Amino acid sequence: MIKIVLPDIENLHQLDVYKENGGYTAVKKALTQSPDDIIDQVKRSGLRGRGGAAFSTGLKWSFMPKTTDKPKYLCVNGDESEPGSFKDRQIFEYNPHQLIEGILISCYAIGAKTCYIYIRGEYHKWIRLMQKAIDDAYAAGLVGEAMKTTFSTDFHCDIYIHKGAGAYICGEESSLMNSLEGKRGYPRIKPPFPAQNGLWGCPTTINNVETITNIPPIINNGWDWFASIGEPKHPGTILFGVSGHVNKPGVYELPSGTLLTEIIYKYAGGVPGDKKILCVIPGGSSMPPLRGDKLEGVKMDAESLKAAGSAIGTGGIIVMDEDTDLVKVLARIAHFYHHESCGQCTPCREGTGWLEKILKRIIAGKGSVNDLDLLITVANQIEGNTICALGEAAAWPVKFMVERFRDYFEKRVNKEINLEVANKVHSMRHSAITVEEIQH
Amino acid sequence: MEFNFTPENLERINTEIKKYPKKQAAVMAALYIAQEQNGYITNEIMSKIAEILDMHPHDVLSVVTFYTMYFQKPMGKYHIQVCTNVSCMLRGAYEIWNQLREKLQIENLEVTSDGKFSLEEVECMGSCGTAPMFAINEDFYENLTKEKVEEIINSLN
Repeated sequence: MIKIVLPDIENLHQLDVYKENGGYTAVKKALTQSPDDIIDQVKRSGLRGRGGAAFSTGLKWSFMPKTTDKPKYLCVNGDESEPGSFKDRQIFEYNPHQLIEGILISCYAIGAKTCYIYIRGEYHKWIRLMQKAIDDAYAAGLVGEAMKTTFSTDFHCDIYIHKGAGAYICGEESSLMNSLEGKRGYPRIKPPFPAQNGLWGCPTTINNVETITNIPPIINNGWDWFASIGEPKHPGTILFGVSGHVNKPGVYELPSGTLLTEIIYKYAGGVPGDKKILCVIPGGSSMPPLRGDKLEGVKMDAESLKAAGSAIGTGGIIVMDEDTDLVKVLARIAHFYHHESCGQCTPCREGTGWLEKILKRIIAGKGSVNDLDLLITVANQIEGNTICALGEAAAWPVKFMVERFRDYFEKRVNKEINLEVANKVHSMRHSAITVEEIQH
Repeated sequence: MEFNFTPENLERINTEIKKYPKKQAAVMAALYIAQEQNGYITNEIMSKIAEILDMHPHDVLSVVTFYTMYFQKPMGKYHIQVCTNVSCMLRGAYEIWNQLREKLQIENLEVTSDGKFSLEEVECMGSCGTAPMFAINEDFYENLTKEKVEEIINSLN
């Protein structure tokens, strides 16, 4: 099985092991080519962002102005706060040097001399691990001024970590930039886009950690090699984080287009007690949930999931078995977005609160069928009416879950569901497994 | 009461400032350093940071109140952060949460009378594959069971 981002090499996080396995040869190769060549290769490789929107990375880079008096910046987004997503921490822990090498190549391609890696504040351990790798790379002359002599080049680049402080919204790119500037993490109105007016008003590119980690192998093995892996329209491997009701939760690196059922049953070990699946959220909590009886043939890549009525998001797959109380799950999701709404836009600030209140009313047994329509109405009024995508992220799970599980929700408000069974979902039915058993 | 950073911490803030073209960008790091030194963020701290970073104290306050990891009141020596988001919830996070509430006799963001423990219900911590989990101060404890929780809490002094 091909692995690009997290290869099975022991101690790969150590600089010497990374170098023994061909590390830092891609940046050397890249520095002999022109930045435009690099952008062209990344474009042709078909690499699409792994942070949620699946936008073409090469195209994003090409938006950066070629001639400007201002400094340019690269931000690597490691805020990773999407419920169900836990992949970037694996890169910080197991393959940090490939990320650093990817940063150097990316910075060279877009002409940036400074890169900030924004890592969520709760990841204390992973910030330390990443900082250690950066320090080692500096000491070896691979980053900073010293790289000029190491690679005999005019180009140099500095890498810094910026530690977040607990705000989901800072994973949104314009909010991330405000947070980095030392302000509240309020998203900015677009346009202007970051490539024109980003950090401190300068041209900025923001890419996800996993996206950047894919860059060195593309340069080393060629864009055509990368383009041939997985689904042609969304090539490469994707880190799928599987959680919830599965026997072996964890992060699995698999080619794009792998069947969702294969991931759940073959890799994640199926559902405990061989229960049926009621619902799967395929790309982190913001993405439209899929019905358990409609999973056959669903492939995990951006285009296939779109056709199936959802989206790839961050590849965080949350599996819920047949005894799950979906109303409680949805209420928890609604609570999350209410808590994380930054409060700038009224539809989101107020709407997320109403979604939570209505769902809590249903949980309290005081809901009616009318509430289901009300939920959809409120969700529709949030969607598309906000500065950033948190509006959609809050609206989609509610709207699609109520629509797609209308039968379930109607039974629930009519008190036709045996809650004694459903309530067990919040109990510990699953024997916890050891960390060693979890594949990274 | 005036607040002063220790010389070492002042040096750390200066190192942070050098990472950015504008001083204000170091505010989040400075707040972390202050919280480490003082335990929580006071008005005096915010004024001090504002002075160092050429900001208005209100702008520092606006940052403190936006992010959940800065505290404006003392928290326990062991600050327990329990994730109850979907992936953890599906694997029994609320049992852990209720277990801790009962054991410590405190609610969300409260501190035990001896100042030893505080409890916080947090959003997804990125441990979905090793759920349920909590973090105590900076360390993650994953794949929890009720027995493990009991053992971990009892081992802290």
